[in-house]
Amino acid sequence: MRKVIRPGGPVLSRRTLAAGAAAGTLLAASGLGATRARAADPLKVGFVYVGPVGDYGWSYQHDQGRLAIEAEFGDAVATTYVESVPEGADAERVLSQLASGGHGLIFATSFGFMNATLKAARQFPQVKFEHCTGYKRADNVSTYMARFYEGRYIIGVIAGMMTRSNVIGYVGAVPIPEVVRGINAFTQGLRSVNPEATVKVIWVNAWYDPGKEREAAETLVAQGADVLSQHTDSPAPVQVAAEKGLYAFGQATDMRAFGPEAHLTAIVDDWDSYYVDRTRAVLDGTWASTDTWGGLSTGMVAMSDYNDALPEDVVAAAEAARVAIAAGTLHPLAGPLTDQAGTVRMAEGEVPDDGLLLGMDWFVEGVQGQVPR
Amino acid sequence: MDALPHADWMAGLAALLVAMIRAATPLALAAIGELVAEKAGVLNLGVEGMMLVGAVAAFATMVTTGNLALAVLAAMVAALLMALLFGVLTLSLMANQVATGLALTIFGIGLSAFIGKGFIGIPIDGLGPLSIPGLTDIPLLGPVLFGQDVLVYASVALTLAVSLVLYRSRAGLIIRAVGENHAAAHAIGYPVLGIRYLCVLFGGAMAGLAGAYLSLAYTPMWVETMTSGRGWIALALVVFATWKPGRVLLGAYLFGGVTIIQLHAQGAGLAVSSHLLSMLPYLATILVLVLISRDRVKIRLNAPACLGKVFRPES
Repeated sequence: MRKVIRPGGPVLSRRTLAAGAAAGTLLAASGLGATRARAADPLKVGFVYVGPVGDYGWSYQHDQGRLAIEAEFGDAVATTYVESVPEGADAERVLSQLASGGHGLIFATSFGFMNATLKAARQFPQVKFEHCTGYKRADNVSTYMARFYEGRYIIGVIAGMMTRSNVIGYVGAVPIPEVVRGINAFTQGLRSVNPEATVKVIWVNAWYDPGKEREAAETLVAQGADVLSQHTDSPAPVQVAAEKGLYAFGQATDMRAFGPEAHLTAIVDDWDSYYVDRTRAVLDGTWASTDTWGGLSTGMVAMSDYNDALPEDVVAAAEAARVAIAAGTLHPLAGPLTDQAGTVRMAEGEVPDDGLLLGMDWFVEGVQGQVPR
Repeated sequence: MDALPHADWMAGLAALLVAMIRAATPLALAAIGELVAEKAGVLNLGVEGMMLVGAVAAFATMVTTGNLALAVLAAMVAALLMALLFGVLTLSLMANQVATGLALTIFGIGLSAFIGKGFIGIPIDGLGPLSIPGLTDIPLLGPVLFGQDVLVYASVALTLAVSLVLYRSRAGLIIRAVGENHAAAHAIGYPVLGIRYLCVLFGGAMAGLAGAYLSLAYTPMWVETMTSGRGWIALALVVFATWKPGRVLLGAYLFGGVTIIQLHAQGAGLAVSSHLLSMLPYLATILVLVLISRDRVKIRLNAPACLGKVFRPES
């Protein structure tokens, strides 16, 4: 069972939402809290997405997690999602409405929802909130994110072995530490197998603009790149690689369909098991505020099937890196780490702490282009 | 930038020009359609929504039938129906044009997402560029003039046609008369509402064509809100080009060109913040169009006097 609420959509759905909110307030007032009142009532789980579920990327993968909850618990849960919610005041309104509408567990799946989530959580202490990629927590607010940079090291290794021009194109979204960290991990993986190779970065300053992503990818190809990587959400760069007979990697979801020969593998965001676990915790009454940063070891980051065209030694190298990272014996951003100016930021043998990773705003040696300030 | 051999330079420049024209085409198509509607006195802010419905209709038709021509036609018809809805609301029922246009965009975003649900993640063989043996291989000019897809040529031809019709034909004179002074046009005996309907429908069909370009040629796929604001840029182009078809095309190429050049500059390692570079297309386009049309009297003469005004036939 699900209900779609589209902000700015038809008046009808807003009215339904308002009516639902009013009913929820009544319920709360009469002592039947927003959490499960009777065992027979399903737990209502709400999701707030920053993009459309049809973006075939970030929000799409979160929605797959929502579907996993429905598949796992069936009638014991009822899920709702609100898509394309702008970060800011609208987010707070949507979160409060979901909370007052009787939802017991709410996932806010974008960094920009952080303050809105905290505010809503103070207002509705009985509701459990889960905020993705944030760092502010409360008794009823957990945070979670994935170590995508682990996957980026692996595709870096593959890129390093597949490139002939030794120039790798990288379509960047917006220059925040998350993206910079990914570029650095990619470059470290790349240069671990091919010290000659460099990474050319072009920023499109948008998470999602298929046209611009395409043009950025074409520009990179025109400037000599023969393998493309991306930290934007549409499959446009993969299409460009397919058109030109080059290689690319999928982002967030398996994008093989858009270039069966070009698509070498993808870093897949797999929220399914985390979402199922957290829902189970609420159902069992064991939910507590936590900070989860999962990676290859927990399955939150996964690699999609390798392209059949990849030579055996490349697959072996990629797998070796994957196994080592998952086992914790290899850190993608371990020292020695040298920045673009040649300054050693971390000595050999050192491993960066999460604080350094979260604030990373400089490129490692081997990256062309700069972090805009 | 690295020193490139001569042939590579030519190829690079050709790639840049091709990309520039490609990026400009959806803007030009949508803007030319909107220009005609506005020349007849109707402001339709629903371009973004109509483009999206056109894009999804084209893609869905392409997936189900595999026929490109049919897909382009479906896009134009679907967006035309959206424009018809707008026409009924604003022309027959006299709703406010600004509010209705905004609603049309929101409606289009939702409707296209709804129709497109089943078409996400499906690859198609899109509309590819032409390849004319002999001509396309000419260095520089070949790929730019003879290596584009048919919709690019259509956008140039339609701009020319619109310009000729508006300024060199009786029909154009009537359209402009309706946009300048609907009461007078009515008094002479022209069917003001009928003419406005036709112009709004033309605008819709062109927005549909722009949408088809996005989902069939530019990035052959369907993803929600794939227009990413191009409908709004098209709307702005019409105003900054002071309602002149030639300048609309020029503005679109300028916008596309600076967009591509800033990407190349980034790739070449230019030491300027990418935030600033991203602003450049907007700044450059506005600046140039404002400069070439800075004569206030001429702007007044060009802006349709009855733009956005409701017309009541009986009054």
